[in-house]
Amino acid sequence: MISSRFSKLLSWAYLIALYGFIFLPVVVLVLFSFQDGRLPVPPFNGATLKWYGEVFADTRLMSALGNSLMVAIASSTIACVLGFCAAYGLARFILPASRLQRGLLVAPMTVSYLIIALGLLSTFNWLGVSLSLWTVAIGHVVINLPLCFAIIYASMGDHQKNIERAARDLGAAEWQVMTQISAPMLMPSILAAFFLSVTFSWDEFIISFLLSRFDVTLPVEIWSMLRSGLNPKTNAIGSIVFLVSVALLLILELSIFRRTAKK
Amino acid sequence: MASATLETRENRRAWGFVTPALLWTVAFFVIPFIVMAAISLATRKGRELVMAWNLDNYITFFEKAHLLKGLFVSLEITFTVTLISVVLAYPLAWIIAERIPQKWQRMALIMAILPFWTSYVVRSYSWLLVLAKNGVINNTLMHIGLIAEPLELASTRSATVIGFVHFFVMLLTLTIYANLVQMPPNYRRAAADLGANGFQVFWHVVLPLTLPGIMVGAFLTFVLCIGDYITPQILGGNNELALPQIIMLQLGRRADFPMAATLSIILMVVVTLAYIACARWLKMERT
Repeated sequence: MISSRFSKLLSWAYLIALYGFIFLPVVVLVLFSFQDGRLPVPPFNGATLKWYGEVFADTRLMSALGNSLMVAIASSTIACVLGFCAAYGLARFILPASRLQRGLLVAPMTVSYLIIALGLLSTFNWLGVSLSLWTVAIGHVVINLPLCFAIIYASMGDHQKNIERAARDLGAAEWQVMTQISAPMLMPSILAAFFLSVTFSWDEFIISFLLSRFDVTLPVEIWSMLRSGLNPKTNAIGSIVFLVSVALLLILELSIFRRTAKK
Repeated sequence: MASATLETRENRRAWGFVTPALLWTVAFFVIPFIVMAAISLATRKGRELVMAWNLDNYITFFEKAHLLKGLFVSLEITFTVTLISVVLAYPLAWIIAERIPQKWQRMALIMAILPFWTSYVVRSYSWLLVLAKNGVINNTLMHIGLIAEPLELASTRSATVIGFVHFFVMLLTLTIYANLVQMPPNYRRAAADLGANGFQVFWHVVLPLTLPGIMVGAFLTFVLCIGDYITPQILGGNNELALPQIIMLQLGRRADFPMAATLSIILMVVVTLAYIACARWLKMERT
């Protein structure tokens, strides 16, 4: 009895300690984004929204934020469309070397972003392609396509196959089956793949850093802010980035995972 | 005959679905990789790239101590991080799976991975706020009078390890938890009925059954950790360089593309070896 109470106590202590460790940097980041002073470290001098004002007045940061959103949405859309089509082709038809094809499609997942970025950089240099947000977006499709493909492919079960077959028997053309039958049925996983891609692209640094030149994405702009050391303004933009990601996660959790969990 | 033509037509249609994604992967992943591998066989003459088609860069890597050391630094950091993360994450996953009421488990997991959604750069910067000379830890310790002088916490390997562990504890908690809840409770009951004590049940039944979760998480930790530039750069500083930092150094100040490509290929070989070592636990299955 005593030992079970003791182990219960120990469990809670461990839980609190680890959650403390996990949340410590985030809490510090957000708290000192409101710091009324020049340094985002203790003591906390009182709350102000001044640094958020500075963030929104900073045109470079704001355009980087816009660029990030644009790249994230464009690259995730392309990755989802390509991933969905490939998953449909591989799950619904018998193709030669389909194992090899699946392997090839998920291969970029096992390679460091740094290496993907360097490979693309070498190739663009070699071909004389100048770096821009387009090249960043291409890189982000490369890292998100395996993810989208794997998520959507995994959710293509056999029960949907029969409904698709029924539609085909009733005279639907293949593209109609795909867009009007399969896509709506698989919408939860397509959306999950899309939002996950958006968050990955939104947060990604090294590919954006190496493959962009004049227009940069938000993580790259934050990176260049770090050179000036600790600064409450960096805390403020960091908190905003965190908030956007959490919002995306909440959308995912409330709308999509909840629904699939019920099934 | 008719079925044969139908099959060919079906097949052609199927290729239409798969080809765009395959083409994209070949054009922007496979070919760049080949280009990079080719460049690793070139030499740099001033600012020009000359295709030498030899292994000089690889030989240089093994001859120059500071390059080789980068690989060892990276490996040491990665193994330390993986080990600490597994040891910290396992009890957490266990407590969430066993002690927390079922309806709160999902919430507990989401909370555990919430900071995961801050970007790499921001997360490392946040740790800098905690570990810096005038940061939260030093400030607190000095305030309560435990230390007189601030500790040198940032710009050390420990800082890099802490930053990494923070990230990978979340990841490993997820993969281990997924394994723990899949395990039928009967197994443990059966072992206990046959006379095993708590530790024996854990060691002979629970641990082997959750090994796949540990290995999947550990492999992901390994891959992401050894290839990361941000965390060692922001938290570790320039005292001792990890391999990705050396790669970035070749690109920036030295403009030595062939060496950067060589180091990347070596990094890739290391990751591949790790994959082979873990391969039997890492099967991708269609559910």
